[in-house]
Amino acid sequence: MIYKAPSKDIRFALNELAELPAVCTLPGYEDCSVELTDAILEEGAKFAENVLAPINRLGDKGAKWAPDFSVTAAEGFKDAWQQYVEAGWVGLRAPAEFGGQGLPALVAIAAEEMWCSANLAFSLAPLLTLGAVEAINHHASDELKAVYLPRMSSGEWTGTMNLTEPQAGSDLAQVRSRAVPVGDGSYKISGQKIFITWGEHDMADNIVHLVLARLPDAPAGVKGISLFIVPKFLVNADGSLGARNDVRCVSLEHKLGIHGSPTAVMSFGDDGGAIGYLVGEANKGLAYMFTMMNHARLGVGVEGMAVSERAYQKAVEYARERVQSRAVGSPDPAGVAIIRHPDVRRMLMTMKAQIEAQRALAFYAAAALDRAARDPVASEAARNQALVNFLIPIVKGWNTEQANEITSLAVQIHGGMGFIEETGVAQYYRDARITAIYEGTTGIQALDLIGRKIASEDGATARWLLEEVKVTAGKLAAAGYASLAANLEAAVKDAERCVAFILETFGSRPQLAAAGSVPFLKLMGIVLGGWMMGRAALIARVQQGDEGADAEFLAAKIVTARFYGEHLLPQTAGLAAAIVHGGDSVLELDETLF
Amino acid sequence: MKALVAVKRVVDYNVKVRVKADGTDVDVANVKMSMNPFDEIAVEEAVRLKEAGKVSEIVVVSLGVKQCEETLRTALAMGADRAILVETDAELQPLAVAKLLKAVAEKEQPQLLIVGKQAIDDDANQTGQMVSALLGWAQGTFASKVDVAAETVDVTREVDGGLETVKLRLPAVVTTDLRLNEPRYVKLPNIMAAKKKPLDKTTPAELGVDVAPRLKTLKVAEPAKRSAGIKVANAAELVAKLKNEAKVL
Repeated sequence: MIYKAPSKDIRFALNELAELPAVCTLPGYEDCSVELTDAILEEGAKFAENVLAPINRLGDKGAKWAPDFSVTAAEGFKDAWQQYVEAGWVGLRAPAEFGGQGLPALVAIAAEEMWCSANLAFSLAPLLTLGAVEAINHHASDELKAVYLPRMSSGEWTGTMNLTEPQAGSDLAQVRSRAVPVGDGSYKISGQKIFITWGEHDMADNIVHLVLARLPDAPAGVKGISLFIVPKFLVNADGSLGARNDVRCVSLEHKLGIHGSPTAVMSFGDDGGAIGYLVGEANKGLAYMFTMMNHARLGVGVEGMAVSERAYQKAVEYARERVQSRAVGSPDPAGVAIIRHPDVRRMLMTMKAQIEAQRALAFYAAAALDRAARDPVASEAARNQALVNFLIPIVKGWNTEQANEITSLAVQIHGGMGFIEETGVAQYYRDARITAIYEGTTGIQALDLIGRKIASEDGATARWLLEEVKVTAGKLAAAGYASLAANLEAAVKDAERCVAFILETFGSRPQLAAAGSVPFLKLMGIVLGGWMMGRAALIARVQQGDEGADAEFLAAKIVTARFYGEHLLPQTAGLAAAIVHGGDSVLELDETLF
Repeated sequence: MKALVAVKRVVDYNVKVRVKADGTDVDVANVKMSMNPFDEIAVEEAVRLKEAGKVSEIVVVSLGVKQCEETLRTALAMGADRAILVETDAELQPLAVAKLLKAVAEKEQPQLLIVGKQAIDDDANQTGQMVSALLGWAQGTFASKVDVAAETVDVTREVDGGLETVKLRLPAVVTTDLRLNEPRYVKLPNIMAAKKKPLDKTTPAELGVDVAPRLKTLKVAEPAKRSAGIKVANAAELVAKLKNEAKVL
């Protein structure tokens, strides 16, 4: 079950669509360049292909929990983690002052795509560690940073996010875990956390848990939640590891997918209280968690696209090999490889076109993240921040919803063999499922999109983006890409209609806006994906004239863009009709009639 | 002790090359290029010798087009100290490469010249032997083990009958075989550091070497397609066919 990093498309999306050369001119990123990024991604591809991909299947057999509360990572994972740490990959986007490389998010996201494709379950360990690094770096005291960040940036220690409790899932206001001051500046933490990704394992010397808990005098609701560092092993003054903290993994969940990633039930304070250290100020924990939300949600959007890519590669491989039935309309009775059958083609194109659009959109969002953080012109930074805020729920929601469809198509292409676990494609289908759930379900993303990202700014960013899309549609028409241009233009009109509907109903009839929010998120994904494919086609057209141009890649890009225009973009009409006219029927049925 | 390692930029081993329509060569436009895997082993060996304290400086050299710089950067990221690119767009055949390496070796005065036993594009397996003859240095080809002492190097060679160990007086040329070592994964910080390491450029003309090809390629063609085999019912039929049709028994 080989994986080959799609290096050409990654480079095209990075350099042309997300404009890496411009990102490398931002203050602090001057050391980065297209050449350096090429070198990094080439080595990253080797690592993904040769170390992470081969153990993905072993990961599917799962980590093992033992009654002494220890967890043994899946076969091959500990060794791979060791190699990953030694190669310095954890530090890719960790801050330079703590031993990381401090590279742009755009470069990191391209490498992360490859980790996720190669081995989604494994990739969550560095992802969570970096999320914790980001939270500590932004909000913790210098003392805490000095203790934890160097060894987390190197990967000697891993990190976790302990948010969810049985009664507090999407609604974190319900968090009940408690933190009591000890008097020496530390706290005693107690409570139970569930769904803790990589919450316990044997790959690293220490695990640094970031835990949401309430102080005794905390106000109720979201404004009374604080963030604590709770290490598995306490750290002595000289930096050595001390006593085992009062935190244990009391069981692992049995899941649908990503079995290689141990999902822990964590119990804090069974023996009197786990020692924890307050991050930043009291009662601001949730706000702190939200500062990393954009990065984490973008990361999950990349996960969805990445697992789609892996499934696509597997489907292509099978479609080339599997010989079945004569070609449609052919007098020759000899069987042909199923890649010659039109419906298999349609499925492969549906996968390919969406993956390329999603990669481009995710990278574009990552570039905006870098610009928002580093652009020296304040108004540009602000515009990019608004752009990031707008794009994140779409990348997260759309990429992962489609990952379910794309990996399902990969199973379909395999026919009955796809339903057999030994074939391997079923794992991608199962692994993809979580991406539309964690870090905020698609429903949560959609509410975020219509509320905080559209209604609260009166649709400004949405309108700005849709104007950009129109400009691209105009250029496509002038370049002779008639179907793509016309369908992109029509899709923009659908989008504008829906934005107007949401602005109109959000205040007066919020239930209606919410009822159409997920279809609206998908519609925006389709339109913006079409925008990326349109831009790609225009750039490819220009590049075809270059000396030494990669004719096959560029021609394929143009055909793929056209397919996207003719097959994906028309879906916006149906979605728009449902959004604008279908809200009442969503809500009308009495609850008792379900 | 200084080690000089030669690295060649070749079509990546994963790429299935196609013959150009006019039959003059294989088409390498827009295909992925990488360091010749045998040369990767050569660099790795030099780095291990340096880590073991036996080599003090590693210089890598590549000959060819500008893009060979990328190959040299990879070698620098693996642990080489500095790089030399002999830049030319000309076709380089093994004799020309050997002459260029001789010129570089005379400048650099290494005790060890390590090269891959062959490159996976033309599979010539000649450069190491030729440069050894031109320099008048000892050669240890197809190395599966290299043991460096102060004045000598023991090279265990993979030969048809098994393994042969030769003791060479330094300076010497060593060509690497697959089992010598397993090249490491390049570390991210080293990729970052590699771009700051020195990379000097020169040309065949500056080195005073005439690289004009001595061999002419007449035609390049794909191997004939293998036709499908047949299934035999049992071992007896197989033996009969091997006897009577293939006449190999």
